[in-house]
Amino acid sequence: MLAHLLGVLFDGLAYGMLLFVLSVGLSVTMGLMGFVNLAHSAFAMLGGYLSVTLTQRLGVPFLATLPLAFVGIAALSTLFERLLYRRLYHAGELDQVLLTIGLVLMAVASCAFLWGTQQQQVDPPPYLFGYFSPFGIDLGFYRLFLVGVGAVIALGLVFGLERTRFGAKVRAAVDNQRMARGLGIDVNGVFALTFAVGSGLAGLGGALAINMVGLDPNFATKYLVFVLLVVSVGGLGSVGGTFAAAALLGISDVAGKYYLPEAGAFMIYAVMVALLLWRPAGLFGRR
Amino acid sequence: MRIWASRLLGGLALAAIAGPASLTAARAADTIKVGLVAEFSGPFANAAREMDNGIKLYMKQHGDTVAGKKIEIIRRDIGGPAPDVAKRLAQELVVRDNVDFLAGFVVTPNALAVADVATQAKKPTVIMNAATSIITTKSPYFVRVSFTLPQVTAPLAVWAAKNGVKQVYTMVTDYGPGIDAENAFKKAFEANGGTVVGSVRMPLSSPEFSAYAQKVKDLNPQAVFVFVPSNDQPAQLMKTFAERGLTTSTIKIIATGDVTDDAVLEQEGDAALGLITSHHYSYAHDSALNKAFVAAYAKEYGDFRPDFVAVGGYDGMAAIYAVVKKLKGKIDGDKAMAAFKGLKIESPRGPIMIDPETRDVIQTVYLRKVERQNGKLVNAEFDKVENVKDPGK
Repeated sequence: MLAHLLGVLFDGLAYGMLLFVLSVGLSVTMGLMGFVNLAHSAFAMLGGYLSVTLTQRLGVPFLATLPLAFVGIAALSTLFERLLYRRLYHAGELDQVLLTIGLVLMAVASCAFLWGTQQQQVDPPPYLFGYFSPFGIDLGFYRLFLVGVGAVIALGLVFGLERTRFGAKVRAAVDNQRMARGLGIDVNGVFALTFAVGSGLAGLGGALAINMVGLDPNFATKYLVFVLLVVSVGGLGSVGGTFAAAALLGISDVAGKYYLPEAGAFMIYAVMVALLLWRPAGLFGRR
Repeated sequence: MRIWASRLLGGLALAAIAGPASLTAARAADTIKVGLVAEFSGPFANAAREMDNGIKLYMKQHGDTVAGKKIEIIRRDIGGPAPDVAKRLAQELVVRDNVDFLAGFVVTPNALAVADVATQAKKPTVIMNAATSIITTKSPYFVRVSFTLPQVTAPLAVWAAKNGVKQVYTMVTDYGPGIDAENAFKKAFEANGGTVVGSVRMPLSSPEFSAYAQKVKDLNPQAVFVFVPSNDQPAQLMKTFAERGLTTSTIKIIATGDVTDDAVLEQEGDAALGLITSHHYSYAHDSALNKAFVAAYAKEYGDFRPDFVAVGGYDGMAAIYAVVKKLKGKIDGDKAMAAFKGLKIESPRGPIMIDPETRDVIQTVYLRKVERQNGKLVNAEFDKVENVKDPGK
């Protein structure tokens, strides 16, 4: 019984880590600039397709494609930010939503056109396949890898935000943008870099997701819902909040499907509703 | 000057509208229009593409003229499981484009939504894929050329019971075809002495199967019966099973052929080896017609394998052509339905017939095992049950 519970917790945590990597960028940029970037999941999808292209066409080993997906999508998102997003920083939320949803639809159609509508796959190294069972709990290697990556990214982000000058600027700008500008902080520059890092992480998440949940052109629309779930429950602008929310939602989803299969898929939404009723601004949200 | 110019413009405008309209009227008399309503974008885009490829291939091989009339396909994209959109598109096709036939439908909800339209407009509607039993009962103008879940599941349950499988845990996706499969399996399996030890219904939009795979592992039943719709789910499910060692354990995994859909089989990789499934079409089916079909498909569509959805499109066109020929190009709803009833077609899957009572397809169901032949994964047929009617009705 306990072994089952621990196994479910582990699987849920792994799924949660995937959601974390996919969502943390959006949480920070929404908290920082208030810019509703619904195309975040499209960046994740493009990161996945980049990884697929690198492994299938150029024979790059899967693990090497992960940092490449991060850098590639960070660069791509900077391009979009310069050309398109900049114009709508002070526009209303509806305009931002319209723009970014339009980008999602374009991304879905482009990916379907360029790569086809079928499922894509990557070949992780053989040591990431399979599982081992310490104390009777099944721990999959790829899921362990996901937990590891998630933890490293979370620690890296927290360290970056708490201990570096740049991080201090980010936190200042999230807290009170006007004041930060008044103090001479280049908020636009801070946002541009944060946006690039956040979108890069989304791209990395997309590449990591392929082996766990698959990749096809509908990835962007499917995962947009989950990313928004995590961001709203975690609170905007908070790395810790996103981590907690992602872990909680991932575990609720897997535990729900294991213990209550009839209500399985609904658990994640039920937990979201309950948490938002308790804390409307999210677990660690500010406003 | 101005009045003259505006009169000229008005005249030109009138000519511009009237001209094509009169051309269309002239053309209309010589064309048979088929309104193809399918999910060309969205989660079932791949299946819709296979269906469309099958249709285009048939028309390429047999020409686009039947009984002196040109067959014109008008395609409309539903965009996914969206019954209201499907209904609206069907209405537009009937009212605006004046189609003679409606066709397509990868998923059940979209097919069901069109029933009223078909009945009221008396338009023969060829269901080329959607596989829930009740679909053909919803309109007297529905005819199906694909299959139903109970039709392919019952023979599997009988085979399992006769081959030493006593206990089965069923896992199906929670929607029409899945529930059909679960009930059909249970009925046939228990009628042959087996016991269903548990069942679970998984959500249609389930990205992640770890909880379900773990449940199977913890329960450790003698066998597991699986049905998931074929697009992204089979590969994910089989990979999750393989990761937990379920595919190499003592648990026997049996499934409907959707799980080893030829279009996605390669992606499942070795995780699928040895899987026993039942279905009405295998890409490796050993008949001259199928070999020709597969070769022609490969020539047109390169790396894609034709799968059962492509065959649904192919045979759907074959049925339409046969009916148009029989009616000598004059399509009347009731006469067309009479022509469909009892229609026999030699399909790449084997022989099929349209049941005159239910307007559903009667065909051979094959039992297959996933093997590697010539380096490729195929569903190798090892047994069959002929003339299977849909037991769901």
